[in-house]
Amino acid sequence: MLSLVVIGNGMAGMRTVEELLTATPDKYNITVFGAEPYGNYNRIMLSSVLCGEKTLDDIFINNRQWYSNNGITLHAGVDKTVVRIDRKNRKVYAQDGTSVGYDRLLIATGSKAVIAAIPGNDLEGVISFRDIVDVNKMLTYSKSHNKAVVLGGGLLGLEAANGLALRGMDVTVIHNNEVLLNRQMDQQAGKMLQKELEQRRLKFKMATKTRQLIGDENGHITAVLFEDDSELACDLFIMAIGVRPHITLAQESGLYCERGLVVNDTMQSYDPRIYEVGECIQHRGDTFGLVAPLFEQAKVCANHLSAHGVAEYITLPTATKLKVTGINLFSVGDFMGDESCESIHFTDAALGIYKKLVIKANKLIGAVLYGDTIDGSWYQELLEKEAPVADIRDRLIFGRIT
Amino acid sequence: MNNTIKTTCPYCGVGCGISALVGKQDLQVTISGDSSHPANFGRLCSKGSALGETVELKGRLLQPKIYGRDTNWTEALDLVANTFIKTIETYGPDAVAIYGSGQLLTEDYYVANKLMKGFIGSGNMDTNSRLCMSSSVAGHKRAFGSDTVPGCYDDFEQAEMIVLIGSNAAWCHPVSFQRIRAAKEANPALKIVVIDPRRTSTCDIADLHLAVASGSDAILFNGLLHFLSRQNVLNKTYIDAHTEGFSEALKAAGSHSIEQVAAQCLVTVEDLHCFYQWFASHEKVMSLYSQGINQSSSGTDKVNAIINCHLATGRIGKPGMGPFSLTGQPNAMGGREVGGLAHQLAAHIDFSNSDDIDRVARFWGTDIIAQKPGLAAVDLFDAIHDGKVKAVWIMGTNPVVSMPNANKVKHALLHCDFVVVSDCIANTDTTALAHVLLPAQGWSEKDGTVTNSERRISRQRALFSPSGNAKPDWWIITQVAQRMGFKQAFSYQNTSEIFREHAALSGFENNPQQSLRDFDISAFANISQHDYDRLQPIQWPVNQAYPQGRARFFEDGQFFTRSGKAQFIAIEPRSPVNLPDKNYPLILNTGRLRDQWHTMTRTAIAAKLNQHKPEPFVDVHPLDALHYKLLPNTLAVIESRCGSMIARVQITDNQQQGNLFVPMHWTEQYASQGSMGALVNPVVDPVSKQPESKHTPVSIKTYQPVWQGFILSRRELTITETDYRVKIKGEQFYRYELAGKTLPEDWHNCVQKNLGCKTTKNPQWQEYQDAGKGNYRAAQIINHQLETIIFIAADNDLPERNWLTGLFAKTQLETPERMALLTGRPPLGTPDVGTIICACFNIGEKTIRTAIKEKGFKTHQEVGVCLKAGTNCGSCIPEIKALL
Repeated sequence: MLSLVVIGNGMAGMRTVEELLTATPDKYNITVFGAEPYGNYNRIMLSSVLCGEKTLDDIFINNRQWYSNNGITLHAGVDKTVVRIDRKNRKVYAQDGTSVGYDRLLIATGSKAVIAAIPGNDLEGVISFRDIVDVNKMLTYSKSHNKAVVLGGGLLGLEAANGLALRGMDVTVIHNNEVLLNRQMDQQAGKMLQKELEQRRLKFKMATKTRQLIGDENGHITAVLFEDDSELACDLFIMAIGVRPHITLAQESGLYCERGLVVNDTMQSYDPRIYEVGECIQHRGDTFGLVAPLFEQAKVCANHLSAHGVAEYITLPTATKLKVTGINLFSVGDFMGDESCESIHFTDAALGIYKKLVIKANKLIGAVLYGDTIDGSWYQELLEKEAPVADIRDRLIFGRIT
Repeated sequence: MNNTIKTTCPYCGVGCGISALVGKQDLQVTISGDSSHPANFGRLCSKGSALGETVELKGRLLQPKIYGRDTNWTEALDLVANTFIKTIETYGPDAVAIYGSGQLLTEDYYVANKLMKGFIGSGNMDTNSRLCMSSSVAGHKRAFGSDTVPGCYDDFEQAEMIVLIGSNAAWCHPVSFQRIRAAKEANPALKIVVIDPRRTSTCDIADLHLAVASGSDAILFNGLLHFLSRQNVLNKTYIDAHTEGFSEALKAAGSHSIEQVAAQCLVTVEDLHCFYQWFASHEKVMSLYSQGINQSSSGTDKVNAIINCHLATGRIGKPGMGPFSLTGQPNAMGGREVGGLAHQLAAHIDFSNSDDIDRVARFWGTDIIAQKPGLAAVDLFDAIHDGKVKAVWIMGTNPVVSMPNANKVKHALLHCDFVVVSDCIANTDTTALAHVLLPAQGWSEKDGTVTNSERRISRQRALFSPSGNAKPDWWIITQVAQRMGFKQAFSYQNTSEIFREHAALSGFENNPQQSLRDFDISAFANISQHDYDRLQPIQWPVNQAYPQGRARFFEDGQFFTRSGKAQFIAIEPRSPVNLPDKNYPLILNTGRLRDQWHTMTRTAIAAKLNQHKPEPFVDVHPLDALHYKLLPNTLAVIESRCGSMIARVQITDNQQQGNLFVPMHWTEQYASQGSMGALVNPVVDPVSKQPESKHTPVSIKTYQPVWQGFILSRRELTITETDYRVKIKGEQFYRYELAGKTLPEDWHNCVQKNLGCKTTKNPQWQEYQDAGKGNYRAAQIINHQLETIIFIAADNDLPERNWLTGLFAKTQLETPERMALLTGRPPLGTPDVGTIICACFNIGEKTIRTAIKEKGFKTHQEVGVCLKAGTNCGSCIPEIKALL
């Protein structure tokens, strides 16, 4: 049996392992290294844990028992963080000196939160929203403190803000754009979302730049100072302005990286023994932050690791959903369009419904849905199939049924 | 207290009796057919059934107006009287005119005619019956010496063969048609022949349809006369004993072979031979004819060509046979009886001899009676146009729409010194041009008599007390007459007094020694108010000889000519005056629809009557559609030398190639460019002066708007800026069909500005925009109810309106309905009934189709049992049969 070493016990890496176990259960001796001290959990559901809809137990995908049942050696914990790859001798080394040789290596180190380069970003009470540790910190703060500020009106930031508000905190979201979720929503949908969140007592400071985070004598954050000289009291500051591929290890081992670890259509790096999946990679110029393409990459990667060797990864338009209960929004594809595109709009403000479809050359290329997202998957299907829509154009926005 | 009042329908000439159950609340009435009335025996058509929905006060003219301002009766009447007096003083009596209507009651008509011809001293009293019946009048007069309809409705059941010529009775005289249908069902041997260029719903019961070339009727009947002669089926005894002029007529009829006639009429030899053979072999033949014959530049000749065949076979005056003119209007016959046409004087007396004129003058006690015929409709409006007639009083009719070359009529009235209009409706295309508006009582308020197609006089009775300041027409006319100095001759207190005088005049010196006339109701000369109020329907004459009325004339072979013999008329068939040419290559035919009456001033108020044919349309033969590149349901411009209109294209092989058909009803009140009157050539029959409304050369081409669409609105809207606009009143909504040549800058702003409900604080809007495709849709929802919905498309790809219009009846929109609004289609699970076929029970095409398919129905009766469709008025039966 060959040795497969997996660096990263996250969703992309473990999905690849699961796919591989299904395809060729006996081909590899598998060893997994993870920097977090647990089995494998669903990071996407952290928001649900934060807002109290789920417990940590609910979000675990595979516990330690699963690893042993499947003959997988799991090295989990901070001291098991892999610090070096010896490509020449095909060996990886963990912080505590654990080393394992490999015939194939899968790098799935994921991403790390972007920390804004503002003075005071190292104060106590300034955290990101990335893992179970972060969630636990937020829950602790919510019991003892009142004022939370979330930097970033993207998906993660809004989910954090919503969770903290539900935990009783007074939450303000700071966003550098006029429109919330401006990468996933157009202006009208963003404004409707803002209105709806405001009704849930969230506050917003839009198109605002943060100058400095101010701390007390204990080095704990107390306030946020903005470019317009205004100030906002703050006990907990969440950085949620995006993620960046976690490529330090790969770079240090001499693998070719740009913004991410560059892979080909078979998820292979420049070193043919090394495969890569997940948020750490860069494929045909794209990096990834949502789960759907990761699972697709896992499938392709497992296909090659199992030596079937036929699958190719193609980046498909990815749909967005916000995990805030009661708020339905959906977007997919190029929903802004350009002069070569036509768009179809539907609004029913009183019902809180807005839909926009972008059409180019008689094909659907993007969609934004707010309030009524029931047909999102249908639009995604049309988009992926590049189905001509001229014949159904008049009914398109009203969904598959009517 | 509920109160049942017997009255008469105010629409077509069938003259159906109505039993009106007047409710406790104002203007509440339940209409049903009067089962004891001999015209209908309880049946009513869709229009008559919907009368209860037309009595609302909205849209009524209820206050006299002069020069646009409200005034009282005194001022208005003084102004009319003084202006007429001054005009007569300055320019003579022929400078004034009255243009009446077959909608007026006999008593109204009588006093109007008496005023103009007896006391103003001009013949210038004509009526819209000129457009409708005058060729029949002239034909009767030439053949019989009198304007006599020889037979009666009872003949339908007794006939062996009924020929319908130029008549879509199924739509225009539905109750008579249903009676013929029933006769045919009871006696399948009864032959029905329809002669009409169009295949109409009337053909539904026909054994034979001759789709003759437009205007070829005289050739057809000349050919028949020749055929009858050749086949030796002439009644020589009758011809010799009771007629004159036969040999000249037969000679003029020519000796064309059946093949030659068939070629000229564009029918097959077999069909033509069949018709001729049937006519020859059935003794009891009725020839029912209507506007297809009358509205022609040779209409009088066509009438006589038909009558010739009946005289030649002696088939007249006996049960089950004879020529029978189906009159258009409820009281066209009454108008003829009082002398309401310009060439008549009074009581079936005309201007042809001075003894007659003197007789009427003596009866009326006037020394300034008119001595010669006045101007007939087309000439009258030409004279107004030329400034020869300077003051005109129009009563209960809408000539700006209904006259040929209507734009010229409009122009004439626009520049006329003094235009008085009495009407019950405030806004018509004609009232818009009036200097003085006089509010007349409507059908539900008036009291008097009318005469139907079979000479039957019936009472129209008031159901309600008059609304606002509305007055009876007779009162308005007599008030003006009194102010003009004719107090004594016009001092009537009520209609029975007028009726008595009218009856007395009919019997005045009416005897073989002085002047024998067919019209004689002298038995009523002393009728009491009590008896007048209880008058039962009765066929004139009603005199000493016939105290109970008379079903048929001419049983005895005695006619009202000088010799007492009927006259054959030698007919030289003439083509229509204007023939198609390179620029106007098609023939435009016009006519009525099933559910509308005349210019829609009243029928369009009843929502259910607007469902059958909601929009002006043009019927086009498929090959013409192909040639002129017309697509179904698109808009087309139809143009003649006089004017143009826009109508929606319906492609149908019911139409002959080269012929178009448009309905006559639409006015500017309901359609911006849907009036056919503007196109019709102002050509008239030289004898009857009736216009040739069924034959105008026209061209047709696609109307290409930049956008098309529709609005449905709970409120009535004022939409003026769109190029094409049709307004349709529906059940709790108004529908607007629209098209335009220019786009607004922004549909959203345009709609918010024009359709936003200003009285509600928070209207909810739903909006759909597909700018790339030129689609815009929006809906306004107030209190969970649909308030307004608009659909705009660059092409004509718009949803059917039925489901959306049905939503206006809902007190609350369900969420699936709301979400489907702007698709225009029902959410899954809600049936779309389709276009309404049965207006009485609101049964749609899709419902009927589904029932037929699922239940395997073979007959319309089965459909009727299941869905009730077609079981009330029955006028949709042809359409149901078409679906079968």
